[in-house]
Amino acid sequence: MAEHAEGGHSPMEQFQIEPLIPIHVGGTDLSYTNSALFMTFAVLLSALLFWGATRHRTMVPGRLQSTAEMLYEFVAGMVKDNTGLAGMKYFPFVFTLFLFILFGNLLGLMPYAFTFTSHIVVTAAMAVFVFVGVTIIGFARHGLHFFSLFVPPGAPLGIAIILAPLELFSYLIRPVSLSLRLFANMLAGHVLLKVLAGFIISLGLIFGVIPFVAVFGITLLEIMVAVIQAYVFTLLTCLYLNDAINLH
Amino acid sequence: MPQFDPSSYASQLFWLAVMFVALYWIVSKIAVPRIGEVLEQRARVIQDDLDRATQLKAETDAAIAAYEKAMAEARAQAYEHMRVIQADMKAVADKRTADVIATVTKQISEAEARIASAKQAALESIKGVAAETARDVVAKLAGLTPDAGSVDAAVTTALKEAR
Repeated sequence: MAEHAEGGHSPMEQFQIEPLIPIHVGGTDLSYTNSALFMTFAVLLSALLFWGATRHRTMVPGRLQSTAEMLYEFVAGMVKDNTGLAGMKYFPFVFTLFLFILFGNLLGLMPYAFTFTSHIVVTAAMAVFVFVGVTIIGFARHGLHFFSLFVPPGAPLGIAIILAPLELFSYLIRPVSLSLRLFANMLAGHVLLKVLAGFIISLGLIFGVIPFVAVFGITLLEIMVAVIQAYVFTLLTCLYLNDAINLH
Repeated sequence: MPQFDPSSYASQLFWLAVMFVALYWIVSKIAVPRIGEVLEQRARVIQDDLDRATQLKAETDAAIAAYEKAMAEARAQAYEHMRVIQADMKAVADKRTADVIATVTKQISEAEARIASAKQAALESIKGVAAETARDVVAKLAGLTPDAGSVDAAVTTALKEAR
């Protein structure tokens, strides 16, 4: 993709995985890369937030404690509202998922940063993990009765026969839609920002103002998208969990 | 697109797993228990405060009710006292009035008796004077000396006629 780069940079270059510490285990490349670095940042930032928030736990919370409590109650409310109290067992996982994606998205918006959620393999891995986990929970709780998830409740037998394959298909496509949504949103946003930022340089000092304003606006939009996509991924995980726990 | 370069997949997946597990550990072992504890504690404190407020309100209501009851009782008692005192005062006043009336009546009747006896005495003395005068008049005019009995009888008759 670097062929058509003008003035040096392709909009795709920002997604390049760069090994920082090369690690090779038995012919497999497990190098510590820029992607891994930003995952580390996400984890450290979360750790720092919780360390700061819970250092002196007070009745009347300070700023940091309020932030952590708001995040906690936001995700806890989402899990409780969508899966009921039975789903609260999986709250730490859902909370982790939300924080990981949220910080990944937001950190990636900083200049020169790397967005690990813009890589399909990362989003797919999380989506497949959720999908497999939810399916295992479903079979563990309901056994073969879990298949009744694919028969819409109250549907006559004739319609149910037609609907069941569709339901099964929509169930199986979940990891694809879940991973593609996050990946595509992050990819598109970052490409758009890069392309418009490139216009600022090529249009010069006077006309460059137009794409500059656009980049400013779209950056705000992308901050929103970063939060919303983290929310959507987490919310869908909750809905899938609800299917597995409560069947419909 | 770097996203479709499989050579980086192993490394991305490996570090994703490592970092995700690390974050999961932080969240499940530190963040969730600590924040959950704080939230629970706060909810408990608020509930306690509300409970105590409810209890205090009940106590206040009870105190107000007791105060109002005592007030009503005191008012009734005061009214009763006033009624008794008024009745006593009336009784005393009535008794005094009766005493005074009795005393005055007695004095009036005594005075009347005194007046009557004085009048009687006056009449008696008039009779004596009249009899003497009549005897003197008779002695001077007729040179007779009438006996006292007939003069007295004549005077008495004359006095009766004069009355």
